[in-house]
Amino acid sequence: MANPSWGMVIDNDKCTGCNACVIACQSENNIPINEEDHFTQRRPIQWIRIERYWEGEFPNVKARFIPVLCQHCADAPCEPVCPVYATYHNDQGLNVQVYNRCIGTRFCANGCPYQVRHFNFWEPEWPDSLENQLNPDVTVRTRGIMEKCTFCVQRIQRTKRESEKNNTSIKDGDRQLNPACVNGCATDALVFGDFNNPESKVSKMKKKELGHGGHGDHSDHDGHKEHDEKRGYHLLEEYGTHPSVVYLKKVDYESKTVEKH
Amino acid sequence: MQEHIQLNQKEINDIALSSVLETPKWWLPAVLISFGFIVTGLAAFFYMVYHGLGVTGLNRPVFWGFFIVNFVFWIGISHAGIMISAILRLTQAEWRRPITRAAEVLTVFSLMAALHTPLFHVGRPWRTYWVFPYDFSRGVWPNVRSPFVWDPSAVGTYLIASTLFVIICLLPDLAIIRDRTTGLRSKIYGILCLGWRGTPRQWKMQTIVGILLSALVLPVFVSVHSIVSWDFAVIAGVEGWHSTIFAPYFIIGAIHSGVSAVATFMVVMMWIWKGNDRILRPDHLDAIGRLLIIVATTWFLFLFLEIAFALFTLERPEIALRELQFFKWPFSGLFILFLLTSYFIPVPMWMFKNVRRSLPLMFISTILVNIGMWLERFLIIIPSLARKTPFAFDWGSYTPSIVEILIVTETFAFVIFGLLMFSKFFPLIPLFDIKEGMVFRDEIKIGRRTVPASIRE
Repeated sequence: MANPSWGMVIDNDKCTGCNACVIACQSENNIPINEEDHFTQRRPIQWIRIERYWEGEFPNVKARFIPVLCQHCADAPCEPVCPVYATYHNDQGLNVQVYNRCIGTRFCANGCPYQVRHFNFWEPEWPDSLENQLNPDVTVRTRGIMEKCTFCVQRIQRTKRESEKNNTSIKDGDRQLNPACVNGCATDALVFGDFNNPESKVSKMKKKELGHGGHGDHSDHDGHKEHDEKRGYHLLEEYGTHPSVVYLKKVDYESKTVEKH
Repeated sequence: MQEHIQLNQKEINDIALSSVLETPKWWLPAVLISFGFIVTGLAAFFYMVYHGLGVTGLNRPVFWGFFIVNFVFWIGISHAGIMISAILRLTQAEWRRPITRAAEVLTVFSLMAALHTPLFHVGRPWRTYWVFPYDFSRGVWPNVRSPFVWDPSAVGTYLIASTLFVIICLLPDLAIIRDRTTGLRSKIYGILCLGWRGTPRQWKMQTIVGILLSALVLPVFVSVHSIVSWDFAVIAGVEGWHSTIFAPYFIIGAIHSGVSAVATFMVVMMWIWKGNDRILRPDHLDAIGRLLIIVATTWFLFLFLEIAFALFTLERPEIALRELQFFKWPFSGLFILFLLTSYFIPVPMWMFKNVRRSLPLMFISTILVNIGMWLERFLIIIPSLARKTPFAFDWGSYTPSIVEILIVTETFAFVIFGLLMFSKFFPLIPLFDIKEGMVFRDEIKIGRRTVPASIRE
């Protein structure tokens, strides 16, 4: 059986900007609590974040949301620049971070155009009431190293182990397999799955919405191809990173403008 | 070189060895003050190690700040040595003689100062040695695709080569000190000079090694700062960094700041050690000034091209970056200061012979260049990161913290401290080189005029 290539489809049309994915990720992955100080210092750690943009002039203002997480790029700019191989690509299409190897040069963070890599500026701390909430499957990172979204690799590994034990195959869309953000999403805006399995939901969505396997021309910035039904695009694909996350653009029936970054 | 001062051997010895054999009154206070700054900087560093990099002003997206600016700055200064002692030696520029050692020593100490910086910069300094290609118990070879693995090898090679160069050129002078001291000091210098007797064979080998080292070090001249520039240029995601012109642009910038630093150091040497002004002459400053006009103007061309290439495509992220860099306070103010100090004030000054031969004016103009070149690195690194991606949501800014400022001050104090300590134990003016120059001196007649000249080696 071919190795899986894990990936995600994010439908911007369904995203309500509720930040449930951010909280789900926070509790699953032992991310320290981001207090107000962390935001004023511009040092919050959010493996997935909702970027919020305002569009239009008052009173016709629209809030636009886009969830941004590690794109697990096939040609990740963060990987070649790490001097100690703390970040590399594994055989399942994941861009993994080895915390023990990291010495904290922050070169990868500069390389990443999506800005999804986070540095532990402070020793992570939790209030006493949350000490027992920490997930035993996830390392608590120390100060001075980088961390980022892993597609909840601990859940993928656990599901794989159990399916091997029970001699079953991994079910597509299994809630045991899905990353926390996908499970937490109220509107199913995030879909997780295996791009190497043509029967998976993400493969079908990618085929339907992206068409030609990822690159090339979709509608341009001015939205001239209004009748193009395909909504798929990669984030910042002009950087040639070949991400594993496919975004579906927002459908805007009133202005027919195209939401694209 | 129009001036022709003939000094006899004794005069040269007295002048050049005065800093070693006698201690000026200001020496101890100066050493203590710079040492104080070093201690403060190290205290700040350990405070940072204890509390984490949170005590700096770094944030997301400005992950690199003062430390990396300072790293590039000191690597830039270190290009002085190679320019003065290798290139000018190979091109047989006579005026280099009195300043070769000062330039080389400045190189060695500024490289050491630069090598501090990665330690300060990384999140877990106690593991920095993992970037070296050695099979430590972790069993992982470093990633040779990363410029941070090229950096230590290039800078390490340069440090070894220039240290060797300093030692080779010191040998005959150490022997002179050995002969002029008594007791334990004489013994120590005797060991340090590796049995120098001044036999023809020793002189021949010393000359050959000197020429070989200056030739072999030439590739390093190109590679070191190219590699430093690739720390930035390989990053496609940062608009202000991803430029193919960076390697030559950084090299010429490094020569600009390095040669200026040597000129500053020369003026200081002429001021603080009495008698030095009989060997170091305004003529030397004049020659350096003329060299600097060429270097500065070439550098300015590269600066112009860098901006022109960047704006040529009129991409929105690039325009956002340049808007921040040129027009938004405080970067706009720093940008104007940078242009004035690194080019528009010093270069017109150097056009005048009176300025080039004036000690205070050369001191001011070359100090200005290095203020400007420090700002140049700051303006390349910080605004580019602050406007890194098209995602306006993630744009940021950066204010250095007091901890970073103290640590940066430490590197400056370290270089000054190193130079002071060196000047106490070794002569900063190469005695044998000056004497050689005196021997080669000659006069030629052009028409009715007699012009100073020198015999080619």
